[in-house]
Amino acid sequence: MCLGVPGKIIKIAGEEGLFRTGKVDFGGVSREVSLAFLPEARVDDYVIVHVGIAISRLDEEEAQRTLDDLAALKGLSGGGAP
Amino acid sequence: MKYVDEYRDGRACLDTAEAIKKITTRPWVIMEICGGQTHSIARYGLEDLLPPQLSLVHGPGCPVCVTPLEVIDKAVEIAAKPGIIFCSFGDMLRVPGSRKDLLSVKAQGGDVRLVYSPLDAVKLARQHPDKQVVFFAVGFETTAPANAMAVLQANALKLPNFFILVSHVLVPPAMEAILSAPDNRVQGFLAAGHVCAVMGYAPYPLLAEKYGVPIVVTGFEPLDVLQGIYHCVQQLEQGRHEVENQYARSVRPEGNIEALKVLAEVFQVVPRKWRGIGEIPGSGWALKEPYLSFDAERKFGVARVTAQESPDCVSGQILRGLKKPAQCPAFGTGCTPEHPLGAPMVSTEGACSAYYRYRRHEGRLLDVAKQFSPPRRQER
Ligand code: SF4
Repeated sequence: MCLGVPGKIIKIAGEEGLFRTGKVDFGGVSREVSLAFLPEARVDDYVIVHVGIAISRLDEEEAQRTLDDLAALKGLSGGGAP
Repeated sequence: MKYVDEYRDGRACLDTAEAIKKITTRPWVIMEICGGQTHSIARYGLEDLLPPQLSLVHGPGCPVCVTPLEVIDKAVEIAAKPGIIFCSFGDMLRVPGSRKDLLSVKAQGGDVRLVYSPLDAVKLARQHPDKQVVFFAVGFETTAPANAMAVLQANALKLPNFFILVSHVLVPPAMEAILSAPDNRVQGFLAAGHVCAVMGYAPYPLLAEKYGVPIVVTGFEPLDVLQGIYHCVQQLEQGRHEVENQYARSVRPEGNIEALKVLAEVFQVVPRKWRGIGEIPGSGWALKEPYLSFDAERKFGVARVTAQESPDCVSGQILRGLKKPAQCPAFGTGCTPEHPLGAPMVSTEGACSAYYRYRRHEGRLLDVAKQFSPPRRQER
């Protein structure tokens, strides 16, 4: 139940406020979800969807930073650094 | 898919595990809070990649597991009433109540429906003005925004036939309950990423300071979990206890402001009983004054039910990180996903079910059982 899933917004419907919705693509399967909690979300943004509601927008820069940190760990485990 | 595949890269997982081995010099016990993380750990066999000094214990973050028996019994009672459409997430249908589960209510002719979202239940209430539609609103801070939104939508649509049976639980008080228990073994936490995506992580520095534990906000993909473990171990080894955010692509320190506004509007903090753990002060949400008319318990006047747990189930100790599933005498014998004795065997996020699905054939499970079990219990 608690599994939030990332997906990409492919369409935003007209309504605002409580009833703001959009179509989100989850790797080939798309579904209408509530975007009421992400008024700033736009088409092509990636969001985490949980029980029919988008709860957070994925941040591209932060995602890259996480991958960079992981790559740096590899450097460490490779034996070079301290 | 973007934001998924790169965090499941097997090579990078091995490298990260290697980095964890490099920095681990002593035994540590780390708890992952969220059932989604437990699932990932079991599914990808992450424990096998870790150095033997590290123990991962699985926390109470499975909503299906911690919903009290009484609440399941109330759900069963309401669902069996005539004129009701009872809606729930699929996981809840098979959780054993003290006499039966929701699925058997359905088998006996009750209108019990599985929905993907509480917002679908609002739609059903619109389509069936002649029926009373009840949604079973359980879960953590992650599910609560959707449930609060369902109430606000029903309110805006002036639907007189939509109700929720609420049993929401909150993570930080449960973390504190685990840490303050005299038999606590947990030395560091992986905090639940999506809970923090909603709530932010403002309460955690206080917990980290008070109990001297590192808390790393962590995501759900295998690389996320391993990186969270790395940061947690690094702090433990260096004697630090700070709050770090491994899952920054999804979690902002302040959480989701819009969701927080709606939660504050609809819910109030109340004491809540956790299945297998007991009552924890300030650990739940219930409906607030202007929205009490949506409260299914009030509307359908469910009597106080006294509930009986199966005496064989040790889920309370599992949820507090004191035992592993294989140490339960009923694991895989009296208790299986087809015939669950306790809630952790029902949900895919439950530790017992995750172990059963992915690990039951492994010899290592038995070793773990030997290592932890008090001998008396094993002889049964
Ligand atoms: S294996 Fe079954 S009986 Fe044992 S603790 Fe888990 S849910 Fe309870």
